[in-house]
Amino acid sequence: MIAELGAFALALALALAALQTGLSVAGRLRNSPVLAGAGQGAAIASALAVALAFGALILAFATSDFSVANVAANSHTDKPMLYKVAAAWGSHEGSLVLWCLVMTAFGAVLARASNLPFGLKTSAVATQGALSLLFLAFAVFTSSPFQRLDPAPFQGMSLNPLLQDPALAVHPPLLYAGYVGFSVCFSLAVAALIEGRETRLSWTAWGRWVRPWALASWAFLTVGITLGSFWAYYELGWGGWWFWDPVENASFLPWLAGAALLHSAVVTERRGALAGWTVFLALLAFSFSMLGAFLVRSGVLTSVHAFAVDPQRGLMLLAILGMTAGAAFALFAWRAPMLKSGGLFAPISREGALVLNNLFLTAAAGTVLLGTLYPLILEAATGQTISVGPPWFALTFNPLMIIALIILPAGPLLAWKRGDLTGALQRLAVAAGLALLFALAGWALFEPKKALAAGGLMVGAWLILGALAETAERVRLFRAPLAETLRRARGLPLGAWGMTLAHAGLGVFVLGAVVETSFKVEAVAPLSIGQEMRAGPWAVRLDGVAVVEGPNYIAEQGRLTVRPAQGSGRAKAVTAERRFFPAGGQTTTEVGLDFRGLDDVYVVMGERRAGEPGTVATGQAWTVRTYWNPWARLIFLGPMVMALGGVLSLLDRRLRLGVGAARRRKAVAA
Amino acid sequence: MRRALLIALASLGLMAAEPAPTPDQPLADAAQEARARALFRDVRCVVCQHEAIADSPAGVAADMRRLVREEVAAGRTDAQIRDDLVARYGDYVLFTPPFRAGTWLLWLGPAALALLALGLILSRSRRRAEEAAPLSPEEERRLADYLQAETVRPTPDATSPHDGR
Repeated sequence: MIAELGAFALALALALAALQTGLSVAGRLRNSPVLAGAGQGAAIASALAVALAFGALILAFATSDFSVANVAANSHTDKPMLYKVAAAWGSHEGSLVLWCLVMTAFGAVLARASNLPFGLKTSAVATQGALSLLFLAFAVFTSSPFQRLDPAPFQGMSLNPLLQDPALAVHPPLLYAGYVGFSVCFSLAVAALIEGRETRLSWTAWGRWVRPWALASWAFLTVGITLGSFWAYYELGWGGWWFWDPVENASFLPWLAGAALLHSAVVTERRGALAGWTVFLALLAFSFSMLGAFLVRSGVLTSVHAFAVDPQRGLMLLAILGMTAGAAFALFAWRAPMLKSGGLFAPISREGALVLNNLFLTAAAGTVLLGTLYPLILEAATGQTISVGPPWFALTFNPLMIIALIILPAGPLLAWKRGDLTGALQRLAVAAGLALLFALAGWALFEPKKALAAGGLMVGAWLILGALAETAERVRLFRAPLAETLRRARGLPLGAWGMTLAHAGLGVFVLGAVVETSFKVEAVAPLSIGQEMRAGPWAVRLDGVAVVEGPNYIAEQGRLTVRPAQGSGRAKAVTAERRFFPAGGQTTTEVGLDFRGLDDVYVVMGERRAGEPGTVATGQAWTVRTYWNPWARLIFLGPMVMALGGVLSLLDRRLRLGVGAARRRKAVAA
Repeated sequence: MRRALLIALASLGLMAAEPAPTPDQPLADAAQEARARALFRDVRCVVCQHEAIADSPAGVAADMRRLVREEVAAGRTDAQIRDDLVARYGDYVLFTPPFRAGTWLLWLGPAALALLALGLILSRSRRRAEEAAPLSPEEERRLADYLQAETVRPTPDATSPHDGR
């Protein structure tokens, strides 16, 4: 019953999305606020209907209703409740409903936005409705998660045990909130092109309207990608956190385009310039999201992330991508020459720096796109197979980014219209000096000595100190009395704090990535009970091994002690497991992590093997791998700080989504 | 009963589900071992999904690691070892794609992209060096309308060059 209700709600949502589009188009054509209002009502109703369908799906999973094919294929009665619920978005069908939920929910918020002019809002709601219509049709007609099975199996097939992890349970919702959030930017861009205003000033307003949506999506995407990366780091069991896997790249593309959009929208808002470019990026960010969906779901890629492959669905997604992105970019090509972007500017200025930022971010996105698609295209065209992996990205993506990062701190110190580069650099002299000292200290302290790593440390420190220098400058730190500084700090808009945090967070990430990549130590040894191994400055002892029983797995659990090899430091106990899931017949590793300040000592239990002859009484040993990952904390902390910066900016009262603004105004008037 | 069954199953799974790959025997010479490890990062496990043999738990990866170590120990250079791998498995086996007809676009693309973008910006900024006209009072009024006269808190240092965001 619940599955039929879900299927019905999903079909209803599809009909409502069609109504949303139709009524909004009619309302715009006839300039009728009544029709347009009805379209907005349909948008909200459509979101509620998808929410109902999604709720029904979650209920089916929570109650392990194996008469539903999707539940039988992805769940199991022995699974903990969290993973039963998370399995609702663990399959292609379920995650597509989640995609539709995010899309319609953002559409509903757009429909409630009260600060948009009639024409732009109605066109945007119509576009968002059309997007929802396509994806809901895709879900209803080809990928419904509510198909029944007859007879219902006694037990489900269970979710891939690798995916049974708290970080991964919340990773897809956050990631989708980011991916699909860009659909509103896309709709606002299409609406702006349709409305085709030709004066500079409406672009200023448009820049302000699109920014909060871009910020929210980008912040969600940042957290989503970071969680996924953190999951890979501790679940896959070899301590890697970014592999330039095509599916990772697919999530990174909209992130890069979104980051470029955030910055270019500032220029559009403040100076009325770059309107065409900002519109282009808004279209591009969501097009990248759809491209990612196509790559992940079509089976053109082989990856740990790829869903059950189905070329038919891939073709459908390619058709949706072609239709929406194709139509939008065609509209762009037709209208763009009419966009009077005005707002001309000098190269050395805030807007000049932001243009440079956009140059690097888009070139970086182009590089990632090239590296991801090139092997596919080459194989299709010539049959030659090549692999494009980390070494290629290190030689192409990294140099572009490093230049961008070196330039970055100067940007916020340049004034709008006409900046003073010398002045900006003078104000950054202290930060540069400290960054140099930091790099020299790093060079002296870390073994082995690596010049490149010292350079990386300098870039990371430069980003953090440069961001802080800008804030210090604004609050007149040490130049004015403390009270004056505090007053200024309080008066600083949240957006300014957000920018400082985001840029500093990037620096934190760079420090972590540089140190972890350059100085990580890996050691493998067969250990019997009581034996010890070394990894860098750490000694790891195997204290015991026991078989433990989890809710849906049996594990061989190693108890180990990590202590500094020299000197007296606190010894810490960690447990590492090899888990066997009978339901799927799979084995996973559960890493033992010892957090030592910024470092991780990362212990992986391997197979049991016959001991070296004559060494241990029990005659048994386990292969234990230990990694010392210095500063690994920062790799995940940095992006979280960046996302926090995004959230702070979002709270800036100048950047509201506009929902409830009318209510606030009323309250002020009363 | 159920527990005993599970444990029996698990022991089977933990011990026999995967044929235990031959454990890695590091090379005695530390410098050679370091070279081998560096090579592992660039060699793709041919049966895996985008994993280097350095990271993969697959048996094939263990075999490939042993192969690389043997070649390193035999005194072959990195380039020779790469060539051997490519001869045996094809270009696909290296994460660094070759530079040849068919892949030059891949290698030169990023730099070309950056230069193209830089060229575009430079040509534009030269063409429009002059300053934008300020908004007319009429435009200011309409802008205020667009923004629905939402009052913006004045920045404390409005005279400062960097006034927000």
